[in-house]
Amino acid sequence: MNKTVNHKAWFFVLPVLALVAFNAIVPLMTVVNYSVQESFGNNVFFWSGLTWFEEMLRSPRFHASLGRQLTFTFTILAIEIPLGVIIALAMPKKGIWVSVCLVLMAMPLLIPWNVVGAMWNIFALPEIGLLGKTLNSMGFDYNYTRQPGDAWFTLILMDVWHWTSLVVLLSYAGLVSIPDAYYQAAKIDGASSWAIFRYIQLPKMKRVLTIAVLLRFMDSFNIYTEPSVLTGGGPGNSTTLLSLDLVKIALGQFDLGPAAAMSLIYFLVILLFSWIFYTLMTRNEEQ
Amino acid sequence: MTLELKHVGKTLDGDVHIHPTDLVLEPGRFNILLGTTLAGKTTLMQLMAGLEKPTSGEIWFNGRNVTGERVQKRNVSMVYQQFINYPNMSVFENIASPLRVARMAEADIRKRVEEMAGLMKISAMLDRRPSELSGGQQQRTAMARALVKDSDLILLDEPLANLDFKLREELRDEMPRIIAERNCVVVYATTEPSEALLLGGHTAALYEGRVVDYGPTSEIYCQPADLTSAKVFSEPPINIAGVRKSGDQIVLNENVSWPASSALADGEYTIGIRPHHVSPVRTHESDVGITGTVHVAELSGSESMIHFDAYGDSWVSLSHGVHPFDTGEETTLFVDVSNCFYFDPAGRLVSSSDSAGVN
Amino acid sequence: MARITLSDLKHSYMPNPTNDADWALKQLDVEWDDGGAYALLGPSGCGKTTLLNIISGLLIPSHGRVLFDDSDVTALAPEERKIAQVFQFPVVYDTMTVYDNLAFPLRNRGVTEDLVDVRVREVAEMTDLTAMLKNRASGLTADGKQKISLGRGLVRTDVNAILFDEPLTVIDPHLKFQLRLKLKELHHRVNNTMIYVTHDQTEALTFADKVVVMNVGEVVQIGTPEELFEVPHHTFVGHFIGSPGMNVLPCDIDNGAAHFAGQRVETANDADGVNGRKTEIGVRPEYVTFSDQGLDAQVIRVSDTGRFNVVETQCGGNRVNLLVGEGAEIPSETTKIAFNPERTRIYADGWLMGREASS
Repeated sequence: MNKTVNHKAWFFVLPVLALVAFNAIVPLMTVVNYSVQESFGNNVFFWSGLTWFEEMLRSPRFHASLGRQLTFTFTILAIEIPLGVIIALAMPKKGIWVSVCLVLMAMPLLIPWNVVGAMWNIFALPEIGLLGKTLNSMGFDYNYTRQPGDAWFTLILMDVWHWTSLVVLLSYAGLVSIPDAYYQAAKIDGASSWAIFRYIQLPKMKRVLTIAVLLRFMDSFNIYTEPSVLTGGGPGNSTTLLSLDLVKIALGQFDLGPAAAMSLIYFLVILLFSWIFYTLMTRNEEQ
Repeated sequence: MTLELKHVGKTLDGDVHIHPTDLVLEPGRFNILLGTTLAGKTTLMQLMAGLEKPTSGEIWFNGRNVTGERVQKRNVSMVYQQFINYPNMSVFENIASPLRVARMAEADIRKRVEEMAGLMKISAMLDRRPSELSGGQQQRTAMARALVKDSDLILLDEPLANLDFKLREELRDEMPRIIAERNCVVVYATTEPSEALLLGGHTAALYEGRVVDYGPTSEIYCQPADLTSAKVFSEPPINIAGVRKSGDQIVLNENVSWPASSALADGEYTIGIRPHHVSPVRTHESDVGITGTVHVAELSGSESMIHFDAYGDSWVSLSHGVHPFDTGEETTLFVDVSNCFYFDPAGRLVSSSDSAGVN
Repeated sequence: MARITLSDLKHSYMPNPTNDADWALKQLDVEWDDGGAYALLGPSGCGKTTLLNIISGLLIPSHGRVLFDDSDVTALAPEERKIAQVFQFPVVYDTMTVYDNLAFPLRNRGVTEDLVDVRVREVAEMTDLTAMLKNRASGLTADGKQKISLGRGLVRTDVNAILFDEPLTVIDPHLKFQLRLKLKELHHRVNNTMIYVTHDQTEALTFADKVVVMNVGEVVQIGTPEELFEVPHHTFVGHFIGSPGMNVLPCDIDNGAAHFAGQRVETANDADGVNGRKTEIGVRPEYVTFSDQGLDAQVIRVSDTGRFNVVETQCGGNRVNLLVGEGAEIPSETTKIAFNPERTRIYADGWLMGREASS
């Protein structure tokens, strides 16, 4: 209610629209353009309709990398979201330790992505890396460059290390905004710690958690730099996620058409999942 | 200097927020907007300030059409219910801020701010930050900032609502003095009838986006134009009951009736009786006794508020002294029918205490 | 339900309080009967919230004991004390329905669903929530949410006391009246011990059988609303209760009698043992009248509150308020006023002289 109708406001949005158009819409249209044509080099293009899309959707290679991508994303979401919430719950709410914890938590987020990949690459080396050497000396046969399982383990561990902090910080912001009266009322009502979490903390964190899930989903679905530096998609194709595969097709094989079609499918998958997450998590808000 | 609303209305997405309104607001007195929450007081103020554009009608200031003119171009100040100050500025800088915008000379600023602070009784706090002040002092700072520049229009939107009871009393008492010497139009929104009465001036009674009554405050109180206006201007709520006038009698029911004035035509009426005209003790010869069951008696030490049900209606009596009653007790309370409003079936006032001449 | 005893209670938020100002709550001894309605009344920062938190168990006092009936609960946590509390801002479990909210305290205590259902429906009926039981609690208005908070306390059968911390703060002004009435009515019905904290004298006086008036960490008077109004033990009580508050006027003591504005003033108490302390006389505006003989006074201002007029006069260099009934004659500027000797009292350093004898 009391909304102001002011058409001048549109005028101020114009520069942003122009910027977005230049940044996103124009390149996207280029991709769309490529996806419906065939090229044999020398800038000669033929109309190919939806062939590339059909081919891509039937391609076992695409299915495999999409499957790996989904496995990766849902695994890290299943670990990072609960872990982030648990850490946030355990963090102090008052006193000097608050800033100490916040700084510690923010640290991994400040490191450039390729450095994260390089760090873990060395850290996990079986012969000299701290992690790899330790695991091997404990009797585990660990070698991420050779064994697909170990590569996955390292990849997921790296992502959890890198990104759980984001979930922690968001959850923490949600937690500290809950007025004391809620905790007092719950105590008086005889609520258990679980009930307090289930009926007060979780509902009050829902908005920030929605944002956390969306951000982590989109980011992890687009992840490229770190796995590229860490495993380069190997051993074999075992950690070739969608983005790595896309780059291989587009730049490695220079198959612009299929790559463009794949990009668009990729984009639509992200859009679809984001929409599903958002709808599910905000479903009960109204009413 | 006058502010004139000519048929000003506001409709948004098909919802009527303000029905077309005509008002002429004069300087040198309080122009009070009285109504419950969501009655449209804030919207009306925003229209006056130019923060909102009316969907119909025109706003004239000093004989000039200012409809659609930007707020920044008009000389308007506003004080809100929440204490809004710049948190990182001292009280002095807070009050001085409008003068700095106007690029006034430093010496003049100092003089004006100190004068204003003296009037608002916050001279000792000029070096402090707003967060170091009590709620009352924060609101005094906000008011000083609104008053320090010579605004043409000052809008006060329930400025006392968030203050402690006693602070509210104190500021309400000082406000007419502070306003008196200014040559500007002052608009004051409140939900409390007693506040409107104490501030005086003119009152516009608002109900669901409509100005139902407008005039000098005490006149509106004594002669409400209709039933809605009487309801808006009564705290605790005015007692309402249906009566029939036939011959020389006003009949409430077979047991209760009283002599009617000849000025009233025969027929059905709705009566409105303010709670303080219903008393547990007989105060006038002409008082009429009504018998009912006490719902709850609230005793405040100096006054008694008795809620009771009689003949299917809920009644409230507010009287001086301590009159204890038990819940569920049968009792007779006395209605001063000489202070009774008569409304016709359409809700318009047809007769009140003064013109009815019942006693 | 229980009798509540606060014995030798003191609290400071500092580890080593040295001077008087370090105590948030000074010496306090009170006993509250089972099933009574009590109020803690005072301005912001008077220590009333500290006291409430000590009773609820959120705060452990630095000194003294809290007893429920005869058991010492001083060290017990809130959940072990069997109390319920309604907070300033409504606390509801957003994801639950109204029904589940009301059932929550019972389910937490392992009550069978059959019994839960009976109790929930009973309490919903009392609090007018029956029609909304299936709605989600987050969709209710502020007053509805406060009713849920209250209902969660009422639903339990083991509650020793229900505490209210300024429960009407966020309620729309025109609904405050109704919710206040509902609380009063519920107290009659359930006969729980209820303790109500507020800065609003109307809420405190109408709700409570006994009111504890506090100022700067100190209890200044405990009494029925009538006692607080008629015999204030401290000028603070006289000022804080009543609107406008008691007139407090500096006086000289000569031969055991008070002299104000050059004249002897008859008072209800005498001034024995003043011993050079600052002396004042206190008289409520209700007990000041215009008179043929008395003190010379000038009428400064008349404010009409609808029910009566507040007349401000200047007398002996001080401001003296009078309350004059509706329609009564108000003399022109120069006049004489008289104080009712039965209701005029001498205070020394703020405290009523001969307090023990008169109360």
